[in-house]
Amino acid sequence: MKRLLATLSLLSGSALTAAEITPPVAVLGEMVHTLSGPAIKDGLVLMRDGRITYAGPAAGRAVPADHRVLRARVVTPGLIDARATAGLSGILNQAQDQDMLDRSAPLQPELRAIDAFNARDPLVTWLRSFGVTTLNTGHAPGALISGQTMIVRTAGRSVEDDVVNPAAMIAVSLGGSAVSRAEGPPGGSAKSPGTRAKAVAMLRAELIKAQEYARKRDVKDETKRPARDLRLETLARGLDGSQRFLITAHRQQDILASLRLAREFNLRIVLDGCADAPLVLEEIKASGFPVILHPTMARASEDTENLAMDTAARLAAAGIPFALQSGYESYVPKTRVVLFEAAVAAARGLGFERALAAVTLDAARILGIDGRTGSLAEGKDADLALFDGDPFEYTAHVTATVVAGRVFADGPR
Amino acid sequence: MPLRLLAALAAAFLAASGNAAAQEKPLAFTGARIIPIAGLPVENGVLILQGGRILAVGPAASTAIPAGAEVRDARGKVIMPGLVDSHSHIGGASGADGASPVQPEVRVLDAIDVRHASIQKAQAGGITTVNVMPGSGHLISGQTLYLKLRDGRVIDDLLVRLPDGSIAGGLKMANGTNSIRSPGGPFPGSRAKSAALVREQFVKAQEYQARRERAGNDAEKLPARDLALEMLVEVLEGRRIVQHHTHRHDDILTVLRLRREFGFKVVLHHVSEAAKVAAEIAAAGVPSSVIIIDSPGGKLETRDFALENCAALERAGAEVGLHTDDSVTDSRLFLRSAALAVRAGMTPEGALRAVTIANARMLGMEARVGTLETGKDADFILLSGDPLSVYTEVEQTWVDGVKVFDLSDPTDRLYARGGPGAGENRRPPLCCFGSAWDIIMAANGGNGQ
Repeated sequence: MKRLLATLSLLSGSALTAAEITPPVAVLGEMVHTLSGPAIKDGLVLMRDGRITYAGPAAGRAVPADHRVLRARVVTPGLIDARATAGLSGILNQAQDQDMLDRSAPLQPELRAIDAFNARDPLVTWLRSFGVTTLNTGHAPGALISGQTMIVRTAGRSVEDDVVNPAAMIAVSLGGSAVSRAEGPPGGSAKSPGTRAKAVAMLRAELIKAQEYARKRDVKDETKRPARDLRLETLARGLDGSQRFLITAHRQQDILASLRLAREFNLRIVLDGCADAPLVLEEIKASGFPVILHPTMARASEDTENLAMDTAARLAAAGIPFALQSGYESYVPKTRVVLFEAAVAAARGLGFERALAAVTLDAARILGIDGRTGSLAEGKDADLALFDGDPFEYTAHVTATVVAGRVFADGPR
Repeated sequence: MPLRLLAALAAAFLAASGNAAAQEKPLAFTGARIIPIAGLPVENGVLILQGGRILAVGPAASTAIPAGAEVRDARGKVIMPGLVDSHSHIGGASGADGASPVQPEVRVLDAIDVRHASIQKAQAGGITTVNVMPGSGHLISGQTLYLKLRDGRVIDDLLVRLPDGSIAGGLKMANGTNSIRSPGGPFPGSRAKSAALVREQFVKAQEYQARRERAGNDAEKLPARDLALEMLVEVLEGRRIVQHHTHRHDDILTVLRLRREFGFKVVLHHVSEAAKVAAEIAAAGVPSSVIIIDSPGGKLETRDFALENCAALERAGAEVGLHTDDSVTDSRLFLRSAALAVRAGMTPEGALRAVTIANARMLGMEARVGTLETGKDADFILLSGDPLSVYTEVEQTWVDGVKVFDLSDPTDRLYARGGPGAGENRRPPLCCFGSAWDIIMAANGGNGQ
């Protein structure tokens, strides 16, 4: 059937989207966690053309004859990985498939994830096989500004088909990773910061330049406008709030520096990593900014030496909005899986409901895509994960992942 | 406050000195579900220890508790053998340097810090016996060390002694890409060269062994001592097990080929492509210590890593162990590896053996650890529930009848959960700036968080 549809698509010569060729699907779940209301025992989710047409009790609702029927013990919204590098940091970890960091300069906000994302990298498929339907992926921590992130589905066709938001966030790193690893060109002058204070000074200087650029760009006299500058243009979008800054900061002083920067330039930021969050909970809470917390099982070393498996529970208790992430891995394993990270967080004080929200609706809210995904409700994207047991149990399986109505079921995972 | 502090200090001192020796009076745990590994689980079980050994284990109905024994109620808990990790890098382990790809004379023994935070975290994960290995960037990167994770003051406190008094450990070898480097130096540039260099060393060792045998007791004729060749002779004589890093299926076959040629005992480690050659591994009768990682790749030879490796080996009839490769995976979550193996098709019984007795056999320590049986070391863990559930926590870890981890202890809990201070090494009692602070915070009902 898939092959036939693909052939039809080729014959017609038109660019059919994934949604258009997706046959309607019905999912019957013994327990359906919609996230838009209480969990439904014996629930039903209907979908057509990539959208959910019904999510509610199965009782009294007939499944239309043309729907393909899937059954599962437990159904959740498709999982959202709120900060990844998958698709840029390829599976082989060889120079030719590592596009998450360009080390030629410390400040490169103009680098777009959409120009690098490999929708068919096996790690994207791997994440999808564990229920992940949406990624906020892009340039990695490790340079003062490494580039941008994008929000993309894991359907694995092409970036053009799968992109949800091509320019989600500007990726900034404070602390050890940007200071020690963002090296300037060999033999060149030291362009990257050598200390924490220098890093912040460089960022401030760049943001002031961008403020000036934005001011001149908006003057009435066209002849007085500056030539386009992709780098400053991107930062100007950050300054006017149309694009947010994703600031990776683990140490408490780096978290506080991020909040200080946000105050000075009136930035909308999202805190990333935050190993030391328990030391500055009040400050984070007062700022109102959300946190995309480090993977629960991340390694504790250097900047992350204080990280804890129960930090998610502490953020929840403090009322700080947060989501979970796979993050960036430079070696083995080349990517983490948010399903697993949420599972350990759930078992270390966060609890099932909050852990599930941290990789679905709460993540969608932080990424600004809760209008279309993150919960199961009529009109939303048909993004679902199907399980044969408690999604967080080590020994349960993902039996299928549905991405915008397309069913991926390559055996239980 | 001063009185409270004094009391806390006294308590800390007593706790520290009380830890030094195992109980002389029998200690019985009652009411727990006991998974002895050596037999079927017992629902209402009794475990009795004395003098660091298991005195008795079995169903409550048929296991008499000696008069005068201290009895602890463990209803609702699960007790199983302390976990054995057949491949780890805890303790700040290091091995060979960059001088040469073959350095069997280098010992991990000379590099371990017994107070290292990673050892505390391994205890928190329920690990009681561990094979600490040097790295895999060499064909032979040195001698590994089998440790019992006692709360030692010096490395000698953690060592395992063989009957002849020597220190138990293996020899770390590796093939595949990690030990291959750019040409020009002493390191191999290809797989065939890697195998040739290793064969050359073992041929030398065979000659060294023959010269020693010919010399007999004649000191004049004995060849000059050679630390590297001495070690390889131990391997040739089967007195030391080769612990061999190998990922790709062809690299696995190369190890089996070398083993046939030189007849050494070997354990295959990682075996990312084991599923492709499970029949060959099983036919060779060689055990595998498997790693479970959260995704394939990260380097070329793990491109085809499969979660199903354990299941494939088990079905083929091969012996399967699991390991942390800490810090590649976290010692505190070692049971998670067993559970993920089950997720990918292994039997739950096989997966629990893979983190206990199977690993013990791979270290040649099955007579002392790996199951709960009368006479064996009193190494066990107390769990809050099913060992394969994400919601289960290791609550206590005991080595030789001494509790080395207790989740209810604030410092132990810090190592178990993480947080500020969890990266710092264990401090001696009543020593050093900072430890007094810990005690004050403990007296105040927590560690300041």
